[in-house]
Amino acid sequence: MDTLTTLLLGFISIVIINNLVLTKFLGICPYLGVSGRIDMAFGMGMAVTFVVTLSGTLTWLIDHLILMPYGLEVTRYVCFILVIAGAVQLVEMYVRKFFPKLYDSFGIFLPLITTNCAILGLCLFINLWGIDNLPEAVVLSFGAGIGFTMAICIMAGIRENLNLADVPECLQGAPITLITAGLLTLAFMGFAGMIK
Amino acid sequence: MANEPKTTASDNTGGVYKETLLAGLWRENPVFRLLLGMCPTLAVTAAVKPSLTMGLCVIFVLTCSNIVVSLMRKFLKPHLRILMFTLTIATFVTIADLFVKAFQPRMSEVLGPYIPLIIVNCIIIGRAEACASKNRLGLSIIDALGMGAGFTLTLCVLAGIREILSTGAVFEIQILALQDQGGWFTPWAAMSMPVGAFITLGLLLGLINAVTRRKA
Repeated sequence: MDTLTTLLLGFISIVIINNLVLTKFLGICPYLGVSGRIDMAFGMGMAVTFVVTLSGTLTWLIDHLILMPYGLEVTRYVCFILVIAGAVQLVEMYVRKFFPKLYDSFGIFLPLITTNCAILGLCLFINLWGIDNLPEAVVLSFGAGIGFTMAICIMAGIRENLNLADVPECLQGAPITLITAGLLTLAFMGFAGMIK
Repeated sequence: MANEPKTTASDNTGGVYKETLLAGLWRENPVFRLLLGMCPTLAVTAAVKPSLTMGLCVIFVLTCSNIVVSLMRKFLKPHLRILMFTLTIATFVTIADLFVKAFQPRMSEVLGPYIPLIIVNCIIIGRAEACASKNRLGLSIIDALGMGAGFTLTLCVLAGIREILSTGAVFEIQILALQDQGGWFTPWAAMSMPVGAFITLGLLLGLINAVTRRKA
C-alpha cells in the first residue's frame, strides 16, 4: 500500500506540480511550434508519451545495471542520447509499418522527438532525484509524457481561440504565445506545495 | 525546433568572416531571430552568473562540435548524419559538464540538468547541419563563435532584466536599495519564477519586432 501511495503521489506531482513544460522549461520548442491545432498537439503528445516512457525505463535500466556497477558514469549522456535516438527510430518504424496514415500526418515531427529536451531532461531528472526502484521510474516517465500532453493540449486550445483575438502587430506569433505560456505557468503555480 | 526557419548564413561561402561573425550577434541571433535554444534561455536566466556559465559552455561545445563536424563533413552519410552530430555533441557536453563540476561546483548545482541538456539544444545541432557540414573549417569556427556569442549575449540581457527586477542586483552586486534594508525597491518575486522568464522573453521579442519593423 505504501509503495502504491508513493507511486500515485509521484505521478500526480510530475503531471501537475513539477510539470516538465510549465515549471522546468523542457520541451519548449514543440510546445511553441506544434501547438497551433489541438488534434496535432494531441498526436504529438501521445508520441512523446510513448517515447518518454520507453526511454525513461530503458535509461534507468542501463544506468543501474550497466553504468553504475562498472563505474562508467562518464558515458552516461552519450548512452542516454543513443537510447532516445534508438527509441524514436523504433517508434518511427513501427508507426510507418502499422499505421501509415498516422505516419503521414506526423511528417517531420516524429524524428524531431529525438531533440525534444523533455525526454532527455526526464532521464536526467530521474538520475538526479536518485530514483532507485524500477516501478517509480516507469511511473514518473509515463507521468512526464501525460504532463507534456496536457500542457501542449491546453496551449493548443488557447491558441485556437487566440486566432480570433486582436493582438498588437508586434506581439503576433511567438511573443504572444510566450506571454500566454507565462500566464499558464502562473495558474499552475497554484498547485505548488500541494504534495510534499 | 519545429518552427525553425531556414538560415542563409551557409550560402555566402566567399570568406566573409566578419559578416558571419556579426550575423550571429544580431541579424540571425539564435534566440531573438531564429527562436532556437528556447529551453535553456528560459530556464537558466534567473540570474546573470549562471547564464554566463551556460553561455560559455555553449560557445565551447558549439565551437568544438563545429570543428569536428566540419573536418568529417566529407565522410558523412546522409542517413547517419544526425546520429554522428548528436554523438559528437554529447562527447563535448560531457567534457564541459565535468569541467564545470570540477571548477565551479556551485554553478553546476544551480544549472543542474541544463548543462547536459545542451546536447539537445537546437542551436548546436542546427549549426552543425546548416553550416559546419557544408563549410570549410575556418568559416565553421567563426560561425560557431558568432552564434555562441549572440546566444550568450541574449542570455545575459534577459538574465540582467530578470535579476535586477527580482533581487535588485546584477551579477550579485546590489544596485537598487531593497525595502527591507531601508531602501525603496520592492523585489518582484514573480520575475525569478517561470512566469517572469516567459513574459520577459515575450515582451522582449515584441519590442524587437516593433523596433525592426519601424526601421524596415
